[in-house]
Amino acid sequence: MIQVQNLRKQFGPKVAVNGVSFTVEKGEVLGFLGPNGAGKSTSMRMITGFIPPTEGSIKVGTYDMLENPIPAKQLIGYLPENAPSYPDMTVSGFLGFAAEMRGLSGDAKKKAVNRVLEMCFLENVQHQSVETLSKGYRHRTCFAQSIIHDPEVLILDEPTDGLDPNQKHEVRGLIKKMGESKAIIFSTHILEEVEAVCSRAIIIDRGTIVANGTPRDLKMRSEQAGAITVKFVDGEASAARGKVGSVQGVDRVSVISERPLTLRAFPKKNAGSDDVARAIADMAFKEHLPLQGLHVEEGRLDEVFRSITLPDNKAKEETK
Amino acid sequence: MKSTLTIAKRELLGYFASPVAFVFIVIFLLLAGFFTFMVAGFFERGEANLAAFFSWHPWLYLFLVPAVGMRMWSEERRLGTIELLLTMPVTPWQAIVGKFLASWVVVSVALVLTFPVVITVNYLGNPDNGVIFAGYLGSMLMAGSYLAISAMTSAMTRNQVVSFILAVVISLFLILAGFPPVTNLLTSWAPTWLVEGVAAFSVMTHFESIQKGVLDSRDVLYFLSVIAFSLFTTSVIIRAHRAG
Repeated sequence: MIQVQNLRKQFGPKVAVNGVSFTVEKGEVLGFLGPNGAGKSTSMRMITGFIPPTEGSIKVGTYDMLENPIPAKQLIGYLPENAPSYPDMTVSGFLGFAAEMRGLSGDAKKKAVNRVLEMCFLENVQHQSVETLSKGYRHRTCFAQSIIHDPEVLILDEPTDGLDPNQKHEVRGLIKKMGESKAIIFSTHILEEVEAVCSRAIIIDRGTIVANGTPRDLKMRSEQAGAITVKFVDGEASAARGKVGSVQGVDRVSVISERPLTLRAFPKKNAGSDDVARAIADMAFKEHLPLQGLHVEEGRLDEVFRSITLPDNKAKEETK
Repeated sequence: MKSTLTIAKRELLGYFASPVAFVFIVIFLLLAGFFTFMVAGFFERGEANLAAFFSWHPWLYLFLVPAVGMRMWSEERRLGTIELLLTMPVTPWQAIVGKFLASWVVVSVALVLTFPVVITVNYLGNPDNGVIFAGYLGSMLMAGSYLAISAMTSAMTRNQVVSFILAVVISLFLILAGFPPVTNLLTSWAPTWLVEGVAAFSVMTHFESIQKGVLDSRDVLYFLSVIAFSLFTTSVIIRAHRAG
């Protein structure tokens, strides 16, 4: 549904986005990650046709955003950063305006407004003017605007920013559900959101894509991924460390905490994590070292994020 | 076309939801009445025309119209709603025209509400209502020109005050270029063609002749081209701003 090729944006001498290419198909939820100022919002503004790219092409559905912007924009629902809306309008007035702009009128318009009022839990504030609403409601009002015409493509710039945990949960659920039938791009700073919602994630840093894969793939890049964490009921650190270290397939062992005694064993490159985990369990059984827990680490997205987006030496310092 | 009207409708609701439209209409009516009857001496003149009424419009509009138009685009930029508006399936041109039309309607409503002055002059004497109609048309075109200029200056900045001041200065220039004290100053040393050339840029010159009942196509064309030029410049500014 969305094809972005070699997107580049320069503001004066500053290159904000440099050669970004990706595609999003229907049924995919693409998470857009990156530190502040990495070029996420600029990319989204180009995809939605708000600002023209310096170079590159954007295709939405079958339409080229640069040559044929009107039908391309009709396919897109967009929630800009900070969720702007007209403060002097009522919620339903604002949504009615959005519906009319999308070509809906009469009954179809009324239906569309009622549908999104219900979906975004705005029914009880529909007659209130936007300026009297709290941030969470304003945010959802703008979100409601983006889905008013049931678009095939949804582009959401930090859709859960400023919401309370319950609202975040609801919006995530909504995105995930809509992601089954739409092509969705959304940006976020919250990494667990990516794991919860996205089918694929892109990490963008200083204007270029530095990682692109499923959340699982990305997590596998973590240093911790595949390590085995062993928690003993009791015992002495150095002795347990030596025993775990001598298990076949274990490369090195580090102590996570002394009490309760927790160790992390990193398997050798060619050893399978699951096999090593079983070997450790066998060893512990034989040596009469009661275990409290044992599990294979999936890897952590925040660690991957940091190691990719921080300058090399700084990332190493942090992991030390 | 439909999008243009939708935008115009929203804008118009915005004007009347905030006090802008009401304040403008009330102040305009009060000041127009004050200048016509107290300063220009409408009754003392003893003439069955509205010259005393219309001659103040260029000056009244100078401060009141930019106050109506100053928020047109600067507000969108400040709130960030411009991003919302221009990612909807509309061309920037449709949005510009829609917003401009809405503000023009507000000013026109105020102008139409001055109808008691027409009734008064018809009651007291026997005026040429064709001339009065021409005066209203000229006044409306002039207000449109000021509004288009305000649209242009409001697209330049997210600050409404800056937008207001710029619009006043440009409008003032358009008045002064044909204002007798200024043109007299020029005639003392400049050749006639230059004086006339400068005066041709002025709203005064063109408004005066329309208001006298001479509906010359050149005068109408002048106002329409000021509007078209300013709105076109607005679109250029908006495009430049988006391109970064």
